[in-house]
Amino acid sequence: MNAQEVIRSIEAEQLKSDLPIIHVGDTVKVGVRIKEGDKERVQPYEGTVIAMRNGGISETITVRRVFQGIGVERVFLLHSPRIASITIIRRGKARRAKLYYLRDRVGKSARLKQRFDRPL
Amino acid sequence: MSVGILGTKLGMTQIFDEAGLAIPVTVVQAGPCTVTQIKTEQTDGYSAIQVGFKEVATKALTKPELGHLAKAGASPLRHLHEYRLENPSQYELGQEIKADAFEAGQTIDVVGTSIGRGFAGYQKRHNFKRGPMAHGSKNHRLPGSTGAGTTPGRVYPGKRMAGQLGNVQVTIRKLTVFRVDADRNLILIKGAVPGKPGALLNIMPAKKVGK
Repeated sequence: MNAQEVIRSIEAEQLKSDLPIIHVGDTVKVGVRIKEGDKERVQPYEGTVIAMRNGGISETITVRRVFQGIGVERVFLLHSPRIASITIIRRGKARRAKLYYLRDRVGKSARLKQRFDRPL
Repeated sequence: MSVGILGTKLGMTQIFDEAGLAIPVTVVQAGPCTVTQIKTEQTDGYSAIQVGFKEVATKALTKPELGHLAKAGASPLRHLHEYRLENPSQYELGQEIKADAFEAGQTIDVVGTSIGRGFAGYQKRHNFKRGPMAHGSKNHRLPGSTGAGTTPGRVYPGKRMAGQLGNVQVTIRKLTVFRVDADRNLILIKGAVPGKPGALLNIMPAKKVGK
């Protein structure tokens, strides 16, 4: 067993196998586990995926939403146990891998067209 | 004055802990090390044990090295290292030291060789600022002044200059063991250790310095 295989096998224990196929431009709902005192609850966070970063166990998505007129972006480690659930609400049409241009847009121009050729 | 273990750096990854936080860890193939010599006050003037690590082919070692290892009944080993001990009699020749000598949560010191960067200039080696790249400037990566003129008439020792960067022994103190895999002799250390994957490391229980 070489070095890479050993590291992969350590990561494999924590990789999630039930993640949905996410594309850039999709609207997703992420359930985030939050600990308040000794109570734990799941807080939903909904927004558009504007960037993805691959990398096995360090795979992340950046989810953007405009909340009370202020843009909020959160980066989620997909395989983290703190992510309770990810559901895809809408498939969006994007022509590039990083949708950072959405940061400069407001209102109607910040929308993405819906695409119907990918199943939810 | 405690026995450590020799190992090979395999690489880094990140692992989630119980709280769900991503912890950066270095995976180290630690041991098994064989005790190859026991040094005592009477025979050597000090007490220590010598351990060997990394099995190699017989032809890779010289006859004197093989003869030394044969005394302990050990297979041909590439690396030998001594650990000073108060009481070396608790170890016996040929005994194996494995990764389970360490436990999760323990603090350790890791000794290794840093990545060699060759003869490096002022910017890379000492983080000097560089000069303007344009507007007629010919001072791009020069050091500037190295001191005053006729008085003192010399450059003070210790003046930071270009030279060899890296490839020196580095000790990282007070790292934490994140997990120990006794079956595969793996130690997961929180944080980074010197060198590239494949580098030889010496892992010891943390040495207390000061009070």
